[in-house]
Amino acid sequence: MSIKDSIPRKIFLVSNIVFLLIVALACIAPFINLLAVSFSDKTAVAAGEVTFFPVGFTTISYEFITNTSKFFVSLLVSITRVSIGVPINLLLIILTAYPLSKLKTEFRARSIFSWFFVVTILFNAGLIPTYMVVRNTGLIDSIWALVLPGALPIFSMLVVMNYMRSLPKELLEAAYIDGASHVQTLFRVVLPVSTATIATVTLFSFVDHWNSWFDGMIYMNNIQNYPLQTYLQTVVVNPEEFLRNNTDLSGNLSKYLSMVSARTTGAAQMFLAMIPILCIYPFLQKYFTTGLVIGSVKE
Amino acid sequence: MFVNLKRKDKMLRELPLYLMLLPAVVLVSIYSYGSMAGVVIAFQKFVPAKGMFGQQQWVGLQNFTTLFSMPNIWPVIQNTVIIALGKLIGGVIVPVVFALLLNEVRNILTKRIFQTLVYLPHFLSWIILSGILLNILSPSEGLVNILLSKLGIEPIFFLGNPDVFPATMVMTDIWKNFGFASVIYLASLTSIDPALYEASVIDGANRWRQTWHITLPGISAIVVLMTVLGLANILNGGFDQIYNMYSPVVYSTGDILDTLVFRLGIEQAQYSLSTAAGLFKSGVSMIFIVVSYYLADKLTGYRVF
Repeated sequence: MSIKDSIPRKIFLVSNIVFLLIVALACIAPFINLLAVSFSDKTAVAAGEVTFFPVGFTTISYEFITNTSKFFVSLLVSITRVSIGVPINLLLIILTAYPLSKLKTEFRARSIFSWFFVVTILFNAGLIPTYMVVRNTGLIDSIWALVLPGALPIFSMLVVMNYMRSLPKELLEAAYIDGASHVQTLFRVVLPVSTATIATVTLFSFVDHWNSWFDGMIYMNNIQNYPLQTYLQTVVVNPEEFLRNNTDLSGNLSKYLSMVSARTTGAAQMFLAMIPILCIYPFLQKYFTTGLVIGSVKE
Repeated sequence: MFVNLKRKDKMLRELPLYLMLLPAVVLVSIYSYGSMAGVVIAFQKFVPAKGMFGQQQWVGLQNFTTLFSMPNIWPVIQNTVIIALGKLIGGVIVPVVFALLLNEVRNILTKRIFQTLVYLPHFLSWIILSGILLNILSPSEGLVNILLSKLGIEPIFFLGNPDVFPATMVMTDIWKNFGFASVIYLASLTSIDPALYEASVIDGANRWRQTWHITLPGISAIVVLMTVLGLANILNGGFDQIYNMYSPVVYSTGDILDTLVFRLGIEQAQYSLSTAAGLFKSGVSMIFIVVSYYLADKLTGYRVF
């Protein structure tokens, strides 16, 4: 707008920026504090001296973690989970979304299958029945317990399906006339033009697998099988015990006990677990927003 | 275009589509429908050793009678609805206000930076966020109470005072999600036709009138939609969040259906009672989900599927 701003308007614009700055700070300050605590001396932390900069800079908490095996054991479980779980999610999303995106005249059983999947978001069986099925299929203490029960994320599938439905009919007709089979149409025509949507659901799926902890807690009896977030949950809920366990088990770690505290080692582990999310953050920004808008605000 | 195909050709043409659906159908049948069949546990005196579909003793509605005679069941339902409603209302108002304010910022880069910062918590798990919040909300050494004491305010027991706990849950949930939720409102704000604003300026409308008569009506459909869809979660108090931050001290106001189901089922091994509580929750939730989807379609023409 070319009209010159009035004085009240200027006051509003400035106070608006200040207010937004405070809001933004409230959103990231806790994480800066976490990072500062993880690099600080334990006495400074206990005295409440650490805000946004490390006090008595030290990497001892990180050293302690690298010497305890549990963090890395669970990290490996999480990495395995993501590398099996995400591709399976994607494959099932694509294979399910394509047939359901067809018109009723092209795929007569479409409605039946749509309802088959949608019913599962309407009614949740609940904790115990789900647990019993996972146990009966022999998945307790197996990585597959974290992958198979949620192998098809229904909402992501609906997002992809809606996108595929919005593709121009001419595109698919051309493929059909050229004699392409459904499989060829899907992989050579539909998928290449759906990359943004596929990227979105891939990120959904990654964040979901990385952040899940509850399934790990109930399906895994052996702590060795805990994914990272489940392991972290035990650290968060009972930080002192984590420290005791790790220093009791191997004598060589007891030397750290005077130098680290539950707060500093907890902060270090939480920060390490945030790193993958921070790494994909730029992509999340790019795709999540477009995907979300495609998926929910249809014209 | 397929109308002239013969019946058999049509079947052949559709066959690959069935095959594509097969893996998902198998897995969903086992893990979703199998579990749904498992809700029969709620009507049995379930003994795990006899197997899920084994010879269990049927007890009719006895588990439900027990459930609803528990002294804490109604408070728990009340807590759930209060916390969920708080999250629903705050979770719409705060992002809308934030989007309106952010929309007034003209510099694109500044706008982008603010956005980037505020949605960080959305992508982190409640485990990490609880770990951080347990520290910064602590009454003695927490960052928040240190700040409050500098302003001359007495320390607040955010997680230990039953009167404050539900509000803490609502506010921390809004903190986690408002930035991301505002994305959708910003998208609809930018789609408002600029010609409307230009016309209103010529008619002599000031900023407030523009906001009231153009901006708000412009995003009302999406606000209604998000509110209505949120109704589906009326019995979801937020297990991940509350389970990792509550304690017996705040059970009176902070215990929700999901945490009750968990404690009954996993910690106390009362499988039938826990399943009954879960089934009650799912049954009521289903009504809310169907109603919310119906309203979303009726009011805004949005179809979830």
